Amino acid sequence: MYALSIRGLTKTYGNGVQALRGIDLDVEKGDFFALLGPNGAGKTTLIGVLTSLVTKTAGSVSVFGHDIDRELEAAKACIGIVPQEINFNQFETPETILVNQAGFYGIERPLARERADKYLSLLQLSDKRRKMARGLSGGMKRRLMIARALVHEPRLLILDEPTAGVDIEIRRSMWDFLREINARGTTIILTTHYLEEAETLCRNIAIINGGLIAERDRMSTLLRKLQAETFLLNLREAITAVPQVAGYAFTLVDEHTLEVEVSKEQSLNEVFARLTALGIGVLSMRNKVNRLEELFMKLVETKPAARSAAGGVQT
Amino acid sequence: MSTDASEATTAAAADSPKGLNRARWVGFKTIVIREYGRIVRIWAQTIVPSAVTSALYFVIFGSLIGQRVGLMDGVPYMQYIAPGLIMMAVITNSYGNVVSSFFGAKFGKHVEEMLVAPLPNWIIVLGYVVGGLLRGFLVGGAVTIVSLIFTHLPVHHAFVILGAVVITSVVFSLAGFINAQFAKNFDQVNWIPTFVLTPLTYFGGVFYSVSLLPEWARHLSYANPILHMVNAFRYGFLGTSDVDVGVAFAIMAASALVLFGVAVYFMHRGTGMRE
Repeated sequence: MYALSIRGLTKTYGNGVQALRGIDLDVEKGDFFALLGPNGAGKTTLIGVLTSLVTKTAGSVSVFGHDIDRELEAAKACIGIVPQEINFNQFETPETILVNQAGFYGIERPLARERADKYLSLLQLSDKRRKMARGLSGGMKRRLMIARALVHEPRLLILDEPTAGVDIEIRRSMWDFLREINARGTTIILTTHYLEEAETLCRNIAIINGGLIAERDRMSTLLRKLQAETFLLNLREAITAVPQVAGYAFTLVDEHTLEVEVSKEQSLNEVFARLTALGIGVLSMRNKVNRLEELFMKLVETKPAARSAAGGVQT
Repeated sequence: MSTDASEATTAAAADSPKGLNRARWVGFKTIVIREYGRIVRIWAQTIVPSAVTSALYFVIFGSLIGQRVGLMDGVPYMQYIAPGLIMMAVITNSYGNVVSSFFGAKFGKHVEEMLVAPLPNWIIVLGYVVGGLLRGFLVGGAVTIVSLIFTHLPVHHAFVILGAVVITSVVFSLAGFINAQFAKNFDQVNWIPTFVLTPLTYFGGVFYSVSLLPEWARHLSYANPILHMVNAFRYGFLGTSDVDVGVAFAIMAASALVLFGVAVYFMHRGTGMRE
């Protein structure tokens, strides 16, 4: 049994826009799964269907074996959702928000209070438990939404850009927390625009584009498909002319920085050797963009037809 | 977390019909407790205004003008209008509670907390209706206390009083819920109370007996459901009514059932909430 199994899922909005055009997707139990795609690709529509905030046009979805057409309540009980936008009552306290949310999932108040204590503490919000939620900082609000999604201890946690607008320190502590709950058995589906986040956390990945799954693979397998990587070389001394090296296209970014694309068949050793032969020393180097980002851009750009088909989709 | 053996997970509970029913009951209680908490938290907005307004009605219509009116249907005017004023407060507050609370949840998007949870639509509707009922009771109680300062209120038939207030409150809670489902902004939350509810209430026999009206106006008044509600309620106190109390209860019960069906249907369709 999969944590999530989707077959032939389509969604056409009232204005005729096809946001999902036949999605097939399985997510294994216990997986940490990345669902990526450009804006308007259909990610949020897909998540909306899973959480019943969007009504599907056709296809089937089952969550831990519960078909959402036949056993919607049982399917919903398995899911915890952290949405993109803040959607709790800003005039309630974090404690009330969590206790009520637990109640909506059928958890009696004494246990709901225990759970609220537990998750407010785990998300480092204990000292804010009785403050009005609108007074929390952006990062605290994000953590509160994660605590709320976990209070009924779901088997499948869906995070729709959970770290958007959160500073790097909080983001990394959230990553640690998510790794921990995944290690304890919770299946996690993550959508994010921080591709480093997806690469760091997720074992499997699907890229959705134009309402279709463009790629679905293990993260490591997918990254091996990257045919070339672009590096930025930090030079020891300033240069004014682009070095001419057969087989390599260098670009001078500024007088101390060279950009070079290295394919899978080439090697960085050779790049350094050739530059050394030209009297150019390299102090340090880094990827121009994150590897997943580079692959993502290539995948998305190679499917312009699919993308334009969903152009302007409000998802 | 979800592997903690000491605590049955919600998902596991949802796998059995018994677990589902228990979860629904807890979900329903949670909505009601939250609504009650909201009413009590903002008591100065929810309970006090109706008590103040009704006190003013008693002073102006009951005490000052009422003395010149004399008897209405055989009872002093102050006593005659008291049940109507209580019912008017119940109607406007039941309606206002649900329309503002549910529209507020839509506007602030926290309605999604309930929509993503394993709560059937009818439980959500019922939770809000009971919230409206509680507000109706609290405000009705406050206005009754104010009434007792100005006049004596005999109890002719306690069950009629209770039945009328409960069903009326349910009807207007449901109407408020449907208004909130369709409302896209705060203006639309106020349209129905201003242009429909208030005129129907004022022409609903709160301040006068329809026997005073010309025949055409009397017949027209019988089409106003609030007339039946107010008169059934008044009958419970004073034993006097312009309408058949049995017919009044039938109209109220039918209205409640139809509106409940409509509210659940639009929840199922996701009107104003789901895409």
